[in-house]
Amino acid sequence: MTGGAERGADRAGMQIVVDLNRCQGYAQCAFLAPQVFQLHGEEALTYAPAVPDDQLERVRGAATACPVQAILAGEQAGADAG
Amino acid sequence: MPAEARSDGRIVIVGASLAGLRAAETLRDEGFSGELTLVGEEPHPPYDRPPLTKQVLLGRVRADDVGLPRRRAVEARWKLGVRASGLDLYGKKVLLANGEQLPFDRLLIATGTRARPWPDPDAARLDGVFTVRTRDDAGRLAERFAAGPRRVLVIGAGFTGSEIASACRERGIEVTVAERGPAPLVGALGGTLGAFAARMQRAHGVDLRCGVTVTGLKGADGRLTGAELSDGGRIDADIAVIALGAVRNTEWLAGSGLAAGPRGVACDAGCRAFDMYGIVTDDIFVAGDVARFPHPLFEYQMLSLEHWGNAVAQAEVAAHNMISSGPHRRPHLTVPAFWSSQFGLNIKSIGVPTFSDQVVVAQGSPEEGRLVAVYGYRGRVTAAVSVNRAKWLEHYRRLIETAAPFPPGPGAADRPESAEPVPSDVPDPKVLSHGPTVALTGHLPDRRLTLVRPGG
Repeated sequence: MTGGAERGADRAGMQIVVDLNRCQGYAQCAFLAPQVFQLHGEEALTYAPAVPDDQLERVRGAATACPVQAILAGEQAGADAG
Repeated sequence: MPAEARSDGRIVIVGASLAGLRAAETLRDEGFSGELTLVGEEPHPPYDRPPLTKQVLLGRVRADDVGLPRRRAVEARWKLGVRASGLDLYGKKVLLANGEQLPFDRLLIATGTRARPWPDPDAARLDGVFTVRTRDDAGRLAERFAAGPRRVLVIGAGFTGSEIASACRERGIEVTVAERGPAPLVGALGGTLGAFAARMQRAHGVDLRCGVTVTGLKGADGRLTGAELSDGGRIDADIAVIALGAVRNTEWLAGSGLAAGPRGVACDAGCRAFDMYGIVTDDIFVAGDVARFPHPLFEYQMLSLEHWGNAVAQAEVAAHNMISSGPHRRPHLTVPAFWSSQFGLNIKSIGVPTFSDQVVVAQGSPEEGRLVAVYGYRGRVTAAVSVNRAKWLEHYRRLIETAAPFPPGPGAADRPESAEPVPSDVPDPKVLSHGPTVALTGHLPDRRLTLVRPGG
């Protein structure tokens, strides 16, 4: 993972978003990728939307394992915007 | 001219946030092969707003890192950092603030909302006065939080204000919350959960002042120093966060001939915009926070929902209908839902809690800090709100969708006798500091819930 100015809007790495209407706090993701997903209290999920490069495999695993399929991972939208 | 399904031509989407993005992806997914243009006022590609008042203010995530993942490539022309300034319905053109004109065959309006500013523009310019709507707002406020302010004043105790207060307490920052209404969250969730939210805030060390108005922000040398309250009190604060709700971005449509105004852009259940005469257009569509649409589960009231899930679902329906004709078009019928996390609690809502006359705590209790409150209107279930009981909401979704009788049967309760329903005590939005995130913009036969905000 890199820090500083090269992160952010122009970053071509993986972003995630969790549909928290769908999320029911099963917390599979928090076990599989604890650096990215954490429970805040008993069932509120927080996560890092910009996935560090060394966490890509773990996040893909978490997205697959989510019982309600609430995690979307992908390239940053609009990264090609001029 | 009859509407025909068309997968070519020019589509312009005004608004490059969640709704605009998901609409663009759905258009391509469903075979639109024409020219696609997205216009966004902010210079950034689409990003996710919910983390701004949570992870970002907690200092866990940088404001620059909240970009949205794409579902697929959209092969669009992105016009970012430029505002739409007008719409010519006859010439079928969007006018941009830089003088450019974008001709279209079909248009999607997804311009969303912006933060309602502090009414005194001079005070609003004081260093230390913030609103939180954009990623730039949240980034600047997070920096100030990290610098360790003496006290933060949050004005308005809706969801945004309450989440900001929660972030302050979690960071060990002293915070005062001022709300004109009787309790936090009361405008969205009514009296029972409002009282619960007030206890929760105080238990976490929030200096909560309800029933008061901030009458003025005070500054010295261009910096905020504090605020005066309607009860004669005075708060010393170096940061004030204005959390008075949202203003719909419809000014650019003034004079266009569309049914657009402070309440949003009116559309039918298929997301087609109405013109000022109430005639449905066939090539102008609306989605997301700026839309105002009829919902059959709520007596065809026109709803305006400032909800993440609504932006996604409505964008998908709008996009589908933009390239479908007649009976192939779909209605936007999803049951409204949202979440909020604050003070370590996960609050989730399904249905429309303000569309209610009674509420019953069907499971758990405020004392346990986990519960499901079920809302009814005239004897049927219209909403449910869970606190740390998210897994139960699916059950209530089905009750809402089937207009099940209220109070709900014992099958859903976790104790032998059900609690007694009590009045849901949803106040008139006019008595609140914060604007509602769900606005019933029609009329109920027995109550007025009309939201009119002059000068918005």
